[in-house]
This record gives sequence, structure tokens and C-alpha cells, in this order.
Amino acid sequence: MNFLDLIWLIPLFPAIGFLINGLFGKRMPKTAIGVIAAGAVLLSFIFSAGAVLQLVQLEPEARSHTKELYEWFNVGQARTGAGGLAEFSVKWGYLLDPLSAVMILVVTGIGFLIHVYSIGYMHEEDGFYRFFAYLNLFMFSMLTLVLGSNYLMMFIGWEGVGLCSYLLIGYYFHKKSAGDAAKKAFVVNRVGDWGLSIGIMLIFVTVGSVEFKEVAEKVHEGVVAGMFHVSDPIFITIALALFVGAAGKSAQIPLYVWLPDAMEGPTPVSALIHAATMVTAGVYMVSRSNFIYQLAPEAMLVVAVVGALTALFAASIGLVQNDIKRVLAYSTVSQLGYMFLALGVGAFAAGVFHLMTHAFFKALLFLGSGSVIHAMHHEQDMRKMGALRTKIPTTFITMFVGTLAIAGTPLLSGFFSKDEILWQAFSSEHGHVVLWLIGVTVAGMTSFYMFRLLFMTFFGESRVDHHTEHHIHESPKSMTIPLIVLAIGAVLAGYVGLPAWLGGSVFEHFLEPVFEPLPFPQAVAEGAAGAEHHSVGLEIGIAAVSVAVALIGFALAYSKYCKRSWEEQREVRQYGPLYPALLNKWYVDELYDALFVNRAKGAGASMWKFDSKIVDGLVNGSAWTTVKSAVGSSWWDRWIVDGLVRLIGGVVKTVSWPLRLVQTGYVQNYALVMVLGVLVFIGYVLWGTP
Amino acid sequence: MVTTFHYLMLSAALFTIGVIGVLTRRNIMVILMSIELMMNAVNINLIAFGDRLQQVTGQVFAIFVITVAAAEAAVGLGIVIAMFKNKETMNINEIDLMKW
Amino acid sequence: MLELVLFYIFAAMAVVSAILVITSKNVVHSAAFLGGTLFAVAGIFLTLHAEFLAGVQVIVYVGGILVLFVFVIMLISVERAEHERQYHRQWIIALITSAILIVEISYGFYKGRDSFVLPPAVIPPAVPAAGNSELVGMALYTTYLLPFEIASILLLVAVVGAVVLAKKKTPAEE
Repeated sequence: MNFLDLIWLIPLFPAIGFLINGLFGKRMPKTAIGVIAAGAVLLSFIFSAGAVLQLVQLEPEARSHTKELYEWFNVGQARTGAGGLAEFSVKWGYLLDPLSAVMILVVTGIGFLIHVYSIGYMHEEDGFYRFFAYLNLFMFSMLTLVLGSNYLMMFIGWEGVGLCSYLLIGYYFHKKSAGDAAKKAFVVNRVGDWGLSIGIMLIFVTVGSVEFKEVAEKVHEGVVAGMFHVSDPIFITIALALFVGAAGKSAQIPLYVWLPDAMEGPTPVSALIHAATMVTAGVYMVSRSNFIYQLAPEAMLVVAVVGALTALFAASIGLVQNDIKRVLAYSTVSQLGYMFLALGVGAFAAGVFHLMTHAFFKALLFLGSGSVIHAMHHEQDMRKMGALRTKIPTTFITMFVGTLAIAGTPLLSGFFSKDEILWQAFSSEHGHVVLWLIGVTVAGMTSFYMFRLLFMTFFGESRVDHHTEHHIHESPKSMTIPLIVLAIGAVLAGYVGLPAWLGGSVFEHFLEPVFEPLPFPQAVAEGAAGAEHHSVGLEIGIAAVSVAVALIGFALAYSKYCKRSWEEQREVRQYGPLYPALLNKWYVDELYDALFVNRAKGAGASMWKFDSKIVDGLVNGSAWTTVKSAVGSSWWDRWIVDGLVRLIGGVVKTVSWPLRLVQTGYVQNYALVMVLGVLVFIGYVLWGTP
Repeated sequence: MVTTFHYLMLSAALFTIGVIGVLTRRNIMVILMSIELMMNAVNINLIAFGDRLQQVTGQVFAIFVITVAAAEAAVGLGIVIAMFKNKETMNINEIDLMKW
Repeated sequence: MLELVLFYIFAAMAVVSAILVITSKNVVHSAAFLGGTLFAVAGIFLTLHAEFLAGVQVIVYVGGILVLFVFVIMLISVERAEHERQYHRQWIIALITSAILIVEISYGFYKGRDSFVLPPAVIPPAVPAAGNSELVGMALYTTYLLPFEIASILLLVAVVGAVVLAKKKTPAEE
């Protein structure tokens, strides 16, 4: 079976799962719903694996297969910036190349594990079918995003995952906080989407197409022909516009504020969407548009700086958070910062590599925390946990593995990917020592707060509420098996990306055709030399620094949270004046509220007032006028019009009343009158005539 | 000498008496008889003039008057009988169905 | 001379009988007095040289119409009527009106009494001594034939009408 031609089925299976569960789920048994949902994703994974296997059998230069289904729309000719005419024709097609291959494997593989986990985790919830319907819809959107062959397909997926994020964050819609968080996520995302749309429009205007392959070709040709130059303003603009979109979706400064609030959703949602897949869409998009960024080094610098600062900022907040999921959320923001740091210094493959390993251990950590929450009967505050390692051993062991991975312990996946990023930040021609220093600091902070989480939860004295203590039990197999699988992945996934001094990265090599550097006239000479600039020793030294920093973080955490049990006062004291700022997320949300949110709400309220007072007032006023004038016209009708009629009747009655007396009924009266008449006649004849 | 004037005065007297009878009496039969009186007064008038003018026209006219009087008396009495079947009264005042 | 006396006798008889007709309490008395009046009128006719008509008057009027009246009185006369009021409430006005009537008529006649005396030239020649009946018959059947025929039809209509009016309803019609 030619999987390559069937790649359009990969998003379709979850779409069908969504339709079935969405339309009929209410009346289906829970087992059936879970099987359909997870089964759909499993099918997608199988097809993805098959397609990738077949892709790999092709020659590296030819590893790109487009499957076009039909022409979606065609609005005819449009003028491009270069002065030529181009046809704005958008196709509904799917592109499988190394980059999208990595993405679909990560998305479907981890997606499948999380679906299985959810069957156990969400078992007692109402709206079970709704959850899986939305989850499948999300899978469809995400797969469209990464598998689409042009920017507009990606945009559809982009919006779709935003929608599903909203639906799933607000899954517990009875809680106001959940609804608010969902709204916040959607609105902040929207700000980013605006940037993305402008970027896509500018791309079309510049090169006359939105298909990934065509745009890459045209940019390539433009560079060769001398039309496009490095630091061309148009490319800087496009790159920055696209990055605004990425900042929204992937939670970078200043649009990261929705991600911590998104923890209101169920834990599997946090794992899938806000750790492993949706938030990585920005990274994917920037990687896909690498040829544009190569033409805009200024933009790349912005990306790197924003990424580094975000990593630092988020890590600082994560040091003191007490909700287990919040710590992981800020950790995600921080790790995403790492990925953008990598992209910003030109190490696109490293960024994608970290995306993949991060997906494994972050999903693992989130699912593990979900297991802890499940055992603790929905208690999420770490201050009420402690010494759980004997009670939920499987969860403990897998989370321990995840923590080791994220801290960058050697031989685990996190070490390889994080180390690659730090090395590139230090040594790449777009990199800088300061960026590297920030990265190293963040690595230390990461190690520290992750081990803090581990020790507070599983070690020390038990601060567990007595009545919850009796209910603590290990999670069912449907939850623990995915944890184990992910743990294995967290350990082994790094081995495809070994650094140069250990044999070279298979991963990077695999992705090379996608990230082909543009043939800049002067860069040809530099490029060949640049890679060899730095010695192997320097690289090993940098790696050693990262490991050392991770160990320092572990030691500090151990001394504060493991040897001595956690005490609130001690923690407050150790941060001194910084503590309130860190605990309250540097008051960024309050700042945004004052600057934007309250102003928007005020505008909305005044619009409402206008509508209800003036517009509705007009309507009510016209109604009142009608009623009053109706009274007047009814008076007129009753007294004047009817009066006229009654007057006539009255006149007739009055006149006829005496006249009727003439009709006495007595014939002799009539005869008398006749005689009187005769008298009158005779009198007239005798005396009247002249 | 008996002039026409005498006859006319007689006729006028008889006519007036007839009128009084019609207007005054309540009994239907008397009213009808008063009408006959009036007719006779007219006949006297006609014949007096006929005699004056030495023509026979007056008499012929008087014959016709008698004829009509006879017809009218017959029909009138028929009506009286029909009415009597309804109400059993000779009092004309009790026939007042046309009253307002 | 004789004419005058006869005239006054008959005139007095007629007027007195007429007054008695309208003032009698008993209806049959009224009918009888009516008969008297009719006879007196017949006498007047005789003084007016209308012999035929006098005969017709007696035969038709007295013998026919008066008898008819008496029959009807016999059939439907009610005793109750004798005890009720005889005169209509409007008798005063009626009397006044009638007085005015006779005054007016008399005045009219009086004013024109001169015209009743025709100049000798106008008086037609004395008729040949053919009988009055012959004269009347001649006029009736030649000059006034049409009215005569119509009068006969009128009589027929009257007869039919009288029969219909007075007919007793048969059981089938009830």
C-alpha cells in the first residue's frame, strides 16, 4: 500500500472519530467512545509510520511528497510586489517531507498515548464523549497544520487548534475560572493570529504563491537572481509578522499569559495541547519558513532574544509556584523559549529536536502529575502533598525519569537536545555569549524547580490531609502504561541527535533538505569554514558546564526540600523582597488588565449602555408615542366619529317621536283629517284664488 | 218656486249629516250607513242639475253612483264580516292595529 | 205651489230620518231610519222628474242594499255594543268641522245662486213626451255604453270579492 499517497487519510481518521463521538457519543457506552477516539489516532499513527518509512526509502534530495486533493479556491490574477502577476490559487494538499514527518510522528504517537491515558483519567467525568470528540477534533486540526502543503492549510489547522484549545480549556464550563481561562487563551491567540495573517498576505504579495515548496523555490531563485537580499525590509517585516503569530501560539513574551491559566483544563489536555503539540506549532511554522528568516537576520536576533528572555522570565516564576500544574506550565513556556532561542540563532534542526524530546518528557511530567492529582483526589497544591513515593511508586519512578530528562541529565534525551541548543547559542554565527549565559542560567533554574517539584511531592514529611490520605492509590493500567512508554521515550529519544563529538546527529542530517541554506553570494565561502570554527574540546567544555549547572540546581533543591522538609516561611525568606513578585508572576496579568483588558471591557460596557439607553430608548419611546396617540385616536373615534353617527340617529328619533302620534290607528281620525283637507281646498277655491 | 238652490241646500245638509255620522259614531254599521247617506246626497245634487239643464246625463251618472254604492256596500260588508270573525266587535275603535 | 209643499215634506223627512240614523242607539233602528231616508230621497227624485231613477232607488237601494245591511246586522250584531260609548272622542272637533263644512258649501252655493237661473235661450226645448225610462235607456246604451259595461264588471268583481271575503274556511284550508 502506497502510504505516501494516502497521507490525506492521516488527518481524516480523527475527523471521523470526532463526527462519530460528537454526534452519537451521548448514547454510546464509555468503552466504545474511548476505543473509537484512541483507535482513530492509532490508525493515524500507523499510516504516519508507514508513510515515513516509505519516505525514508527515497533519496534525501527527493524526500518530499505532495498529495494534492483538489483546488480549494482560485481568485484569479493578483499583482505581486515584484511587479508581476500571479494567480492566487490555493490547493487542498498535503506535503510529507522530513520536517512534517517528524511532526506527524510526534503528534500521532504521543497523541495516541494521551488518548489511552485519558480513558482512565476522565472515566468519572460527565461529558466523556464531549472530551474525546474535542480531542479528536484537535488531532485533526493539528495534523492539518503540520501536514498542509501551503500556508493557508496551516492557517486552518492553526485556527482549528486554537478553537479546540478554547473548547478543552473550558471543558469544566461550570467553573467561572475555566471559562475565563478559555476566553483569555482564545483572545490572546487572536492577537498572534493577526500577525500571522499579515505575514501570509505579505508572502503572497512578495513571491506570488503560498505553497511551501513554491515559496522556497521562488525565494531561492530570487536570491540567485539578485532580487532578494539579506536584510531586505520586506523579509524582515514578514519574519516579524510571522513571529508575532508564533509568540501567540507558542506562548512567548508578551503573549504567553494564557498558558498558565490554561491549566484549568483537564490534565490530559494540558499534556497534549499545552506541552507536546499545539504550543509547538509556532516552532514548526518558523522552521517551515526558515528561508524567509535566513533573509532577515535582524528578525532572527529578535526571535533569539525574545526566546531567551521568555525562558528566563518563566523559569523565575516557576521557582515559587505551589500548584503542581503551574510549575509545569511555566516550565513549558521556558522550554519553548529555548526552542525559539535555537531557531533565532539559526539552529533550526536543534529547535525541532528539542521540540521532539520536550514532547516526550513534558507529556510524561504532565500525565504523571495527573496521576498524582488523581491519587490525591483532585488536590493540586504541592503544599498539601509529600512522601508519596511509597504510595504511588509507578508514578514516582516515571516522574523521576521525566525530571532527570528535563534537567538535562547526561544520557537522557533532554541532555542531548538542550546541549545542542546551548552549543549553537554559543558558537553559531547568529549566536552570542550573552544568549548562551542566559541559557545556562535557565538550565540551572530548570533543574532546581523541577527537583523542588519532585521532592515536595514525593519526599519529605507527609502534609497530606488526613481524609485524603486513605484514598491514595496507584492509577489504573490505562494511565500507568502510557507513563511507562513515555518514560522509555524520554530516555531513548535523544539518541537520534547525538552531538558532533559523539558521532553526529542523524536527526539533523535527516532534516537537512528542509533547512537548506540559501545560496548567498558571499556566504558560500563562509559557510564551509564556519562549521569547522570551533573545536571539539570547546563543545565538550560547554556540555560540561551545562551538566555542572544542572547538578548545582539538583543539590540546592535537595538541601532545601529533601533534607529539610518544606516550610513556607523558609521559602519566603530565602527569596526576600523578590518573593511576592515571583509568586504573582511579576504582576504581568495585572498590567495587561489595566492597559488593555479593562479598557476593552469599559468600551464594551459603554457600547451596551448606549444600546440600552439610546437605541432601546428610541424604540421604547416610539412604542410609548404609539400607545399615547392610540389613546387620542380612540377618543376621537369614540366621541367624534361615533358621536356624529349617534347624533343623526338622535335627530331622527327626536323628530319622529311626536310625528308617530299621528298614527292613532283609528280610521275616524284619518277621516277627520281628510275632511279638514277638503275644507282647506274649498276655502282656497272660494277665497284663495285671485 | 223650488229652485235648484233648494235642492242643493238639501243635498248639502244630507251630506254634512253623513260626514258627522262617519266621524262621530263608533259602530261600523252606522258608519257604513252614513256613507250611503252621503252618496244619496250626491245623487240629489246630480239629478237636480240634470233637471235644471234638461239633460238625461245627470240621471245616468246617478245610476252609476247607485251601482258603485251597491258594489261598495257589498264588499264593505264582506270586510266587516271577515273582521268580525277575528275580533267579535262592532266597535271601530278596537280595530287599531295600524297604531304606532 | 204643490211642488213646494211636496219638496218640503220630502226634504224634512229626509233630513229628520238622516239625523235619526246617526243618533240612534240601536243599530236596527238606524237601519230603519235609513230606509226612511232612502224613501224620502226617492220622493225627491220624483219631484225632479226622474221617475226611472226613483224606481231604481227604491228597488236597488232599499230593496237590495238596505236588506243587505239588515242581514249583516242580524249576523254579527253584538249586544255588548249597546252598552258602550256610542260616540267617538273626537265628536266635538268633528261637529265643528262639519259646521264649517256646511257653512262653506252654503256660502259657495249662495254666492253662485244666480248662475242656477239659466237664460231662456239656453234652456233646451221641451222634450217629446217619451217616457223618462226610454230617455235614460237610450242614453245608457248608446252614449254611455262603455261606462255601463265597466260598471257591470265592477259589480262582478264586487260579488266575487264579497264571496271571498266572507267565505268560511273549509277544513282542508285550515
